[in-house]
Amino acid sequence: MTVISMNTVHTPVAPQDGAQPMVSFRDVHKSFGALEVLKGIDLDVMPGQVAALIGRSGSGKSTALRCINGLEKINDGELTVCGRNLRARDFELRELRKEVGIVFQSYNLFPHLTVEQNVTLAPRKVNGLDAAESRALAAEVLEQVGLSDKASSYPEQLSGGQQQRVAIARSLAMRPKLMLFDEVTSALDPELTGEVLRVIGKLAAGGMTMVLVTHEMAFARQVADLVVYMHQGRVWEAGKGTMLDDPQTVELRQFVGSGL
Amino acid sequence: MLGVSLDQYGFLVQGAFWTVVLSLMGFVGGTIVGLPVALARISRGWFLCRASSAYVQFVQGIPLPVIMFVVYFGVSIYGFDVNALVAAAIAMTLYSSAYLGEIWKGCIQAVPKTQWEAGECLALTNLQRFIYIILPQALRIAVPPTVGFLVQIVKNTSYSVVIGFFDLTYSAKILNNATFKPFIIFTAAALIYFAICFPLSRYARRFELRLHRRNA
Ligand SMILES: Nc1ncnc2c1ncn2[C@@H]1O[C@H](COP(=O)(O)OP(=O)(O)O)[C@@H](O)[C@H]1O
Ligand SMILES: [Mg+2]
Repeated sequence: MTVISMNTVHTPVAPQDGAQPMVSFRDVHKSFGALEVLKGIDLDVMPGQVAALIGRSGSGKSTALRCINGLEKINDGELTVCGRNLRARDFELRELRKEVGIVFQSYNLFPHLTVEQNVTLAPRKVNGLDAAESRALAAEVLEQVGLSDKASSYPEQLSGGQQQRVAIARSLAMRPKLMLFDEVTSALDPELTGEVLRVIGKLAAGGMTMVLVTHEMAFARQVADLVVYMHQGRVWEAGKGTMLDDPQTVELRQFVGSGL
Repeated sequence: MLGVSLDQYGFLVQGAFWTVVLSLMGFVGGTIVGLPVALARISRGWFLCRASSAYVQFVQGIPLPVIMFVVYFGVSIYGFDVNALVAAAIAMTLYSSAYLGEIWKGCIQAVPKTQWEAGECLALTNLQRFIYIILPQALRIAVPPTVGFLVQIVKNTSYSVVIGFFDLTYSAKILNNATFKPFIIFTAAALIYFAICFPLSRYARRFELRLHRRNA
């Protein structure tokens, strides 16, 4: 487990009365063919909150995350993201993608483009920024992830941790309201996870709403307002980070005890 | 030289010129038709996908000399008097478009799916993702097999001899009838073919090595 130090401490955001959740799962079911992967998920993430999905491999964390930005279509239930009902008839996937950023374990940077071009491609083509605007935007988001000096590098010239931070910057350049992270440090050497987690921690401290799938328990405890333990396609236990100190279910106790 | 005059070698070089012309026409035509074929092959539209697949299988299932005959004689039946160059160019276009379409389909599919997904998550449209993300990467992958196929095109233009198109093979045949020195003349023709093709295959090999080193 990586213990990281953050110069900014995230103050937990309590759900406010009357505020609409940024993400709302209501009895969400999702199957791949005959395999039911999500078996009735209920989950609310309020604006400014950080939710951490934890659980064993295969428990449906990635699938739940991918449903949030429409990469997977749900089979049953209701899913509302940024005020949009994902099953509504007039639902526009591309409009949702402008507001929801996602970062994957495998970075998925564009290898033929420089760091700056990676970051500015979507802002230019989707949001119509001109050359000067997009250069300023790149400078801003690269500064946020601490890579101002790498604007003209190609992804293959960067370390894994740096590539992952570029991927985060690329998402941030779309000025998302919600960020999704799927095990973004799992492919990294242990000594490189810290720099990526620090960036995410800083984002959380800045008030970004996030849902992250992680194996970094210390990080989840530190940064998440809501920890969600998933087991066999269900939300098995959910609560504040302190829930990890006092699991109510055998499964979570075993999971925490296994160190994973 | 070896019982063949310089003029007669010049005659071979003339033939070689038309071999190169026909090769270029086949390649350009094959590109113009083959690119849409490649796109149709990967399209999600049922009709486009089936139709392009049928086209590729149909053309690949027919020997090139037969395609030459069909184009040359088939078209003249309808009252068009096609000359051998036009017929050979059409036949080479059909032939190379089917193969190039298939090669390029593979190159496009060789770009990881996650690249499409990354573009999708950034709200880029299908067309934008293809143009700015997939195509540049596919082009790089496509260079070695495309140049390699260019060698096939050059060699296979020799089938145009069946419809009497004047190319390197045809000029060698005529020269042989005049001189009765088949070994020398066809060896000379072979060397000229080799001189055209060798730089191409070398370039393809070098580019491929460079790609592998980059990806290593
Ligand atoms: N595209 C897919 N097609 C079929 N099965 C899938 C697909 N994606 C995930 N699964 C299955 O769904 C289950 C949950 O996967 P996933 O959500 O990736 O779990 P986690 O992220 O918690 O490890 C696994 O059994 C996995 O094999
Ligand atoms: Mg996963």
